[in-house]
Amino acid sequence: MIHIESLKRLALGPIDLEVADGECVALTGASGSGKSLLLRAIADLDPNTAEVRTQSGDRSHTEAPEWRRKVAYLPAESGWWADKVNEHFMAPEKVDLTQFGLGDGAMDWEVARLSSGERQRLAFLRLLEHKPEVLLLDEPTAPLDAENTLIFETRVKQCLGEGVSVIIVTHDPAQAKRLANRHFVLENGQLTEAKP
Amino acid sequence: MSDYIVLSYFDIALASVFLLLNGVLSVWLRLGLVRNLAFAALRMVVQLLLVGLLLKSLFAMQSPWLTLLVAAFMATFAAREIWARQERRVRGWRGFAIGGGTMGVTVGLVALVTLTVFVQPEPWWSPRYALPLLGMIMGNAMTGVSLSLDSLHTALTREQRAIEAQLLLGADKWQAMRPFLRQAMRAGFMPSINAMAAIGVVSLPGMMTGQILSGVDPNEAVKYQLLVMFLIAGATGLAVILATLGSARALTDDRHRLRLDQLSKPNP
Repeated sequence: MIHIESLKRLALGPIDLEVADGECVALTGASGSGKSLLLRAIADLDPNTAEVRTQSGDRSHTEAPEWRRKVAYLPAESGWWADKVNEHFMAPEKVDLTQFGLGDGAMDWEVARLSSGERQRLAFLRLLEHKPEVLLLDEPTAPLDAENTLIFETRVKQCLGEGVSVIIVTHDPAQAKRLANRHFVLENGQLTEAKP
Repeated sequence: MSDYIVLSYFDIALASVFLLLNGVLSVWLRLGLVRNLAFAALRMVVQLLLVGLLLKSLFAMQSPWLTLLVAAFMATFAAREIWARQERRVRGWRGFAIGGGTMGVTVGLVALVTLTVFVQPEPWWSPRYALPLLGMIMGNAMTGVSLSLDSLHTALTREQRAIEAQLLLGADKWQAMRPFLRQAMRAGFMPSINAMAAIGVVSLPGMMTGQILSGVDPNEAVKYQLLVMFLIAGATGLAVILATLGSARALTDDRHRLRLDQLSKPNP
């Protein structure tokens, strides 16, 4: 569960939103409407004012690194700080690469040689290592082909089944329909629920 | 200092002949440097003559407050120079304070310890010792600090995505910035390390040469040079570390966010 109350960030908000355990909310809106800004604000990566809490506590009473492990944000473009893939994981030997159709050797690959699709899937796997309670996904399947998109969605559904709350930004109405229980549109800094 | 040869202003004018020759060559080769060269040379002459007069009267007056005032003026100028040499600066008064504060603290500390413990002139703040020491230490610390701040600010801007990726995985801000902090500090340390490595073999430092030319025993000149080099390296190192950490603090916040909004746009 994540509960967001009167979130404000520059032109954004005030925004209220609650996502239940195992629920998925899709977020759409024109480019530049602030979808990524909203997710960054929830993860507390940009300055913002809001009352945000999950079942394990209030954001204002949680250290920021701890909060970001629980409320995990997957940006549209992932960042890498070391040369090899395995240096970005806490326990690289325990990660199941086959679920994403990545070869066993992927952990030894060099980041510079990864395709954008491989980067995206590995970034998702490294995020899941922390067993987050909430996932904030920013156009996660944009660099993936149709087949890998479905594999990715299957993994997201598995998280939902485990009770994780998911907010997903997507440009694909079909994806929103496949994953989301509710669908919101971000426009002029305000969220409105899209009627099915 | 029996064999000290007093230079006449005619000797000095004669020495500028080579510079004039450079000017002629610059015109001939169309380097477009005449104006810069002439202006810089003129500026040097005026600045040094003035500073000579100033130091002479300061030494004569022996006032602790005037000495302090000149030292403060030097630190302010150094802080401005640090600020001006960065491509991207921390916004607002903090951008100035990081340079000025570290200059004031480290250089002041080192110079004080030197004057009260090692050299011990009478009185300890005697401008004849305090100001030249302060100037040499500050000049080098200034270069180190501006190099490391420039490196840090460029790296944080360029590597924003990599730093935020670590923050998003639950790293704290110091962990996420560590490689760039280290890189910035190295950049600040390099000139001192290079200077110590090349000294005596490649370069004879200006201060030592000056002392030898004015008749001091080379052994004594070397001792002074060693003292100054240790102080320079020590003070530069301290200033670099302080300034880098201070700037990193100003560019993040207590919620472990990278705050590049606190950095100005690059100046053209």
